[in-house]
Amino acid sequence: MVITCLFNSRDRSRERHKASSSKDSSRSERSVVINPPDTPSQESPVHNGEPLPGEPTPAEAPGDDGQDDNWGETTTAVTGTSELSISQEEVVGLGKGIQDRTQGFRRYLPLAVGLCVGLLVLATPLVFLLLPAVMWPDRLQACGAACEGLFLSISFKLLILLVAIWALFLRPGRASLPRVCVYRAFLTTLTLLLTMSYWLFYGVRILDAQDEDYHGIVQFAVSLVDSQLFVHYLAVVLLELRHFKPCYSVCVMRSTDGETRHYNIGQLSIQRAALSILEYYYRDFPVHNPALLSASKHRAAKHLAGLKVYNVDAPGSTAGAQPGNGNQSRAMVTAAAKRKDNAHNELYYEEADYERRVRKRRARLVVAVEEAFTHVRRMKKEDEQASPSDIMDVREAALAIFPSMARALQKYLRTTRRQHCHSMESIQKHLAFCLVNNMSPKAFLEAYLSPGPTLQYGPERWMADQWTLVSEASVTSGIKEGTEFLLRCLDFSLAVTVKGIPYIRLTEEYIDAKSHKFLLLLQSETSV
Amino acid sequence: MSFIPGQPVTAVVQRIEIKKLHQKDNLILGFSIGGGIDQDPGQNPFSEDKTDKGIYVTRITPGGPAHDAGLMMGDKIMQVNGWDMTMVTHDQARKRLTKKKEDVVRLLVTRKSLEHAVKQSMGSSPGLKHSGATYNHNLMQ
Repeated sequence: MVITCLFNSRDRSRERHKASSSKDSSRSERSVVINPPDTPSQESPVHNGEPLPGEPTPAEAPGDDGQDDNWGETTTAVTGTSELSISQEEVVGLGKGIQDRTQGFRRYLPLAVGLCVGLLVLATPLVFLLLPAVMWPDRLQACGAACEGLFLSISFKLLILLVAIWALFLRPGRASLPRVCVYRAFLTTLTLLLTMSYWLFYGVRILDAQDEDYHGIVQFAVSLVDSQLFVHYLAVVLLELRHFKPCYSVCVMRSTDGETRHYNIGQLSIQRAALSILEYYYRDFPVHNPALLSASKHRAAKHLAGLKVYNVDAPGSTAGAQPGNGNQSRAMVTAAAKRKDNAHNELYYEEADYERRVRKRRARLVVAVEEAFTHVRRMKKEDEQASPSDIMDVREAALAIFPSMARALQKYLRTTRRQHCHSMESIQKHLAFCLVNNMSPKAFLEAYLSPGPTLQYGPERWMADQWTLVSEASVTSGIKEGTEFLLRCLDFSLAVTVKGIPYIRLTEEYIDAKSHKFLLLLQSETSV
Repeated sequence: MSFIPGQPVTAVVQRIEIKKLHQKDNLILGFSIGGGIDQDPGQNPFSEDKTDKGIYVTRITPGGPAHDAGLMMGDKIMQVNGWDMTMVTHDQARKRLTKKKEDVVRLLVTRKSLEHAVKQSMGSSPGLKHSGATYNHNLMQ
């Protein structure tokens, strides 16, 4: 079952509108449609990321805008050798269009429901108290200090309930999940049931009978507020506390480079588990770098090319050409076998060469940065007499020493294929930050020597609204031992498997402190 | 050379007589010993059986009296002047070898090559009398 999941970021609406408009305008209308248009978002095939800058887009199969009658003949299969996005924007765009219209409604629905239920919950006890005083004031028995105590308690409990409802239900969520949380729905239903049953009793026993015992009515209202507080306590346990006690160990593996991490999470539904795993992903996994994967793709391409030696001609055609073809194919098979034999050799030398190049560039970079840092120093008291042209603020200082290291840094980033992650402004900003905080050159360089977590880079790398949760079980069911699901982003996916934390049986053994005794093992040599 | 508790220890031994040398104030023999029942037998590099707690010769000063008398590194000392050395502590062994009143020590030592030599000589000519004595020692375990 494939459900599109939209991950909420702070300027989500702006990003989404920007993204959808750019998608419509930048890609061509001549697209290859693989799915029939009336079944949107079925098992969507893999489509590899945005077209990388500088790579040519191929000639796409001719088709009209929208649904061509012979779309079956014009479809092409996506092979592993292609690195371009075969766009099915029309299908995805259709689906997203529908969702965009409903999304506004869906986003505000939980908030609206929460507000209504909250108002109902808060107003009911007050109404219970006010109605008798309004409808039959003359017949009401006045009650003294006990009632006043109860009024105080009602008001404070209502205040706490107000804050608690706001804290648990009405705060803006940090993500948008595909399905409604089962427990929230259950708790809302329970609250409504409780309130309705109290209204029923109130209507029958008090309004109809026009009860005169005001003390009893006040106690009735207090009991309602108490029950609501207990339901809220149940909500806290179900919605918050269950998630914290670790019960399961999940293994998260990225499909492109095999980065694996393990986390402990509590009892959650699959969609909530996916949410917390994504939060861990943004914190722990090094940023996804498609440029590093091209080497293995080339090798795969060569391997595939080497395999295409079979004769696809039907037997019986051009009998004279058969022996020649046979010899040729045999030669190609042996050539392919030789190429396969040399593939590991090539890989070994290629990797050794790459390592050497990276280390050379790194050495140059480190020297350049250290030299650059020696040119600038924090101003001390005795420098106040220095000429004003030498005194700069941190921004200018960063700009001044940046050129001497820029070239070495850029070459290093090119060699490790990370130049697209860092823009010049971001490097200068980081340099200014390091100067302000008195960091050493090595500390400045650490950000560029190894890839950091995704959040460290700009929002264009986050792809926070492109995640899809692919799961065989229903996403509102809880995770169990052996649950597996997939979190798919544009060109990579995270495979998640769940295992239970083992039941640990701990036994004790008492050791007397005096029982630690030792023997000395000597081997002495004496000369006589 | 390993012993079985309750059985007499049998070994082919060689008699070595060493005259002590006067050096400054001390009488020295010119070799070093290791082992003893209070030591760790596993660290002995010369013993075949690593549970053997006997006294072994670990070093011989070249040109010293022991060297001249024919003592070799790795020999196991079985007796010193009639005193048994197979079940003594390291300190007792040292004392028995460094008695100031004795000028000469008569050792019974055994080594692997002795057994080989005896076996070979017995194998080649069964009737030949072999040099060296057989050492029988009843161990009351």
